[in-house]
Amino acid sequence: MINLVWLIPAFPLLGFLTLICLGKSVREPIAGWLATTAIAGSFLSVLIVFIGMLLEKNENRQTVFTLFDWIPAGDFKVDIGFLADPLSITMCLFITGVGTLIHLYSIGYMHGDPDFNRFFTYLNLFAFSMLMLVLGDNLLLTFLGWEGVGACSYLLISFWFRDPANATAGKKAFITNRVGDWGFMVAMFLIFFNFGSLEYLEIFDILGSNQIAETTTTFIVLMLFVGAMGKSAQFPLYLWLPDAMAGPTPVSALIHAATMVTSGVYLLIRVNPIMVEASTWSTGLIAWVGAGTALFAASIAVAQTDIKKVLAYSTVSQLGYMVLAVGCGAYTAAIFHMITHAFFKALLFLGAGSVIHGMDGEQDLRRYGGLRSLMPITAGTFIVGWLAIAGVPPFAGFWSKDEILAFAWDKNPLLWLVGIVTALLTAFYMTRQVILTFFGKPRYLNAGDAGDAGDAGDAGDAGDAGDAGDAGDAGDAGDAGDAGDAGDAGEIHPHESPWTMTLPLVALAFLSLVGGFIQLPFSSSTKRLEHWLEPATFHNETHLHLSSSTLWILALLALVSVAIGIGVGISTYLKEKIDRQIFEKPSLVNAWYFDSAVSKFMGGSGSKAFTAVAKFDKEVIDGAVDGTGQIVKKTASILRRSQNGLVRTYALGIGIGAVGLLIWFLTRTTL
Amino acid sequence: MIITTTWYLLLAAVLFSIGTTGLLVRRNPLIMFMCIELMLNAVNITFVSIGSHLNDLGGQLAVFFVLVVAAAEVVIGLALVVAIMRRRSRTNADDLKILGG
Repeated sequence: MINLVWLIPAFPLLGFLTLICLGKSVREPIAGWLATTAIAGSFLSVLIVFIGMLLEKNENRQTVFTLFDWIPAGDFKVDIGFLADPLSITMCLFITGVGTLIHLYSIGYMHGDPDFNRFFTYLNLFAFSMLMLVLGDNLLLTFLGWEGVGACSYLLISFWFRDPANATAGKKAFITNRVGDWGFMVAMFLIFFNFGSLEYLEIFDILGSNQIAETTTTFIVLMLFVGAMGKSAQFPLYLWLPDAMAGPTPVSALIHAATMVTSGVYLLIRVNPIMVEASTWSTGLIAWVGAGTALFAASIAVAQTDIKKVLAYSTVSQLGYMVLAVGCGAYTAAIFHMITHAFFKALLFLGAGSVIHGMDGEQDLRRYGGLRSLMPITAGTFIVGWLAIAGVPPFAGFWSKDEILAFAWDKNPLLWLVGIVTALLTAFYMTRQVILTFFGKPRYLNAGDAGDAGDAGDAGDAGDAGDAGDAGDAGDAGDAGDAGDAGDAGEIHPHESPWTMTLPLVALAFLSLVGGFIQLPFSSSTKRLEHWLEPATFHNETHLHLSSSTLWILALLALVSVAIGIGVGISTYLKEKIDRQIFEKPSLVNAWYFDSAVSKFMGGSGSKAFTAVAKFDKEVIDGAVDGTGQIVKKTASILRRSQNGLVRTYALGIGIGAVGLLIWFLTRTTL
Repeated sequence: MIITTTWYLLLAAVLFSIGTTGLLVRRNPLIMFMCIELMLNAVNITFVSIGSHLNDLGGQLAVFFVLVVAAAEVVIGLALVVAIMRRRSRTNADDLKILGG
C-alpha cells in the first residue's frame, strides 16, 4: 500500500490541471468542490499509505518509490522519486488533512469573489508543490516544491492584486524568500560537491561510512538554515510574513500558518544526520535564533491591532519555538509542535476569517467586541484555539510547548527562560485578542467610538509610512473612521458564517483539543510520535537527562507563566484594571521599527550600494564578456576581406603557400 | 645525346609552371580547367620518371590514383561550369565573386 504514494501529489496536480483547463467555464461553487475533492482524494491516499506503513515493521517503514529519471547527466543523476517514511507521511497527513478543511472553508469564504476559480487553481497548485516538497527523495525535488510553494505564496498573497498594497506584499514575500533560497542552493552545491549525490538516503549512507570534515557539515547546515530562515520566517528574514496577511484569510491559514512556513523546519529535520555531524556552535546558533525570534515576535504581537497581524506575529513566534527545538536536537518535539500548531493556528486563522467575513471585511480589533453571542460557533472554536496556543492543559499546545521547553532547559536554562517568557506573552496577547473580539461591549455600533478608533489607527500607523502593508491598514482604519463620522452609513451586521466555514472550525477545534495525545511525556509507551518517527530520525535525537521531578517543576512553572499571562490579559482588557497603554508601546506597535529601518536602508544607502553593484556587473563583468566578442568581431571583419570570392586569388594563395613550404623544406635540410 | 631523368623533370617543371600561370591569369573557366589538368599531368610525369629512375613501381601506381581522382574532379567541375553557364552565359571566374565573404 506504500507504493500508492505517488497518488498523494497526483490528485492536487490533476485538480490544478483540470481547473486551469476549464478556466472560467465552470460556475462558482463547482470549481471549489472540484479542488476540495482533489485534495480530499489526496488525503485519502495519505491515509491508505499511512495504514500500509503502520502494518509494516518499524525498520521497513522507509521506502523510496522512483517514478522516472529526471536529470541523468553523467555523474549527476536526479530522479523523480518519493521518499515515503514516517516523517514525510506525518507531514502529508496534516498538510492534506488541514488542507481539505481549508479548501472546504474557502468555498464559503470566497463566495461571490469574481476570481473564485483562480483562487482554487492556485490552492491546488500549492497543495501539489507542498506535497512534492515533503515527499521528494532528493534535495532538488524538495527545492522544486520549495520554489513552487514560494510562487503560490506570491500568487495568493497578491491575489487581490488590484490593490497595490497587496501586490507589494506579494513581491516582498517573494524577494525576502529569495535570500533564503540562495542559502538552500549553496547548501545543495556543497552537498553535491562533497557527497556526489543529492538523494537523502545516499547522503546519509555516505555520511555514515566516510569521514566528512566538520567544517563542511557545519557550513552546509548553516546554509540550509539560511534557507529555513527565509521560508520559516526567522529573524531577520521574518519580515515578509506579517505583510503576507494581505492575502485572503484561508491562504493565511493554509500557507502562512499551517504548512508552507513549516517547510524550513521540515528541511532541517529531514537532514538531521548532517545536523548531528555539524559543530555544536551551529546548532546552538539555530536554537538561539529560534528562541530570539519567538520572544521578539511575541512582544510585537502584544500591541498589534489588526486581528490577522496578531496571528501573523504569533506564527513567527511559534515557528521560533520549532526552530529552537531543532537547534536543541529535539526533532520529535519540533514535529509535534508543528502538528499541533497546524491545528490550532489554522483554527485561529479560520476563526479570524469567519469574524472578518461576519464583520464585512473589518479587521481592526478595536472595532470588534461582544461578538460571542452573535457568532457562537466561531467564538467557541476560537476559544478552544486560544486555550491550545496559550498552553492550557489538556489542549494540544500545552504538550508540545512543554516538551520543547524541557529540551531547552536541558541545553541551556537561558534558552528555557526566553521560552517561558514567550509562553507568558503568548498567553497574554491571545487573551487580549479573544477579549477584544468576543467579549466586552460591541464597539462597531457606536459612531463616536468608531471615529476614535479610526483616528487612533491613523496615528499608530503613521510611523509605518515605509511599510506598504500598514499603509493599506491605515487607509482602512481611516475609512472606518470616516464611515463612523458620517453616521451609520456603513453599519455592520455581524452574522455567523455558513456551514462550509463552521464545519472546518469544529473539526480543527476537536483536533486542537486531542492533538496533544499523540505524544504524552509520562512513559515511554505514551511517546507514540517519537517511536513512529524513529526511522526518519535515525536515533539522532537528543536524550533528556532530566529527572521526572525537574520535568514536573518545569511544567508547573510553564503553567504558572500561562496563568499570569491570561490573568494580566483579563484584568487589562476585560476588567480594565490595568491601563492597556502600558503594554501597547509605540515601539511594539511599530514592530521595534525593524521593518521600517530595513525599508529605509533598502530605499536609501542600500539601494545605492546595489546600483553600484549593478553598474559593476554591467561594465566590468559584462564588459569583459562583451569585449571579447567585440575583439573577435573586429578581427574577423578585417580577415574576411581576404575572402574576396576571386578563385584566382585563392589559387595564388595556394601557390605562394606551396612555394613558401618548398623554401622552408629546402632551407631546413641545408642547415 | 642521352635523355636522362633530369630532362623529364625539367619538362614536368615547365608544364607545371605553364599550368600555374594559366590558372592565375586566365578567367575562362574551361581554360582554367585545362590548366589544372596540365598541372596534374606534369606531376604525373615526375611520378613516372622518378619511379623508373629508382626502379620502383610505386611511381606508376600513384599516377593511376591521380588519373582516377582527376577524372572524378573533371566530372564535378564540368557539371558546375555547365550549371553556372545555364544561369548566366558568357561568364568568367571573376564574375562569381558574389560568393565572397
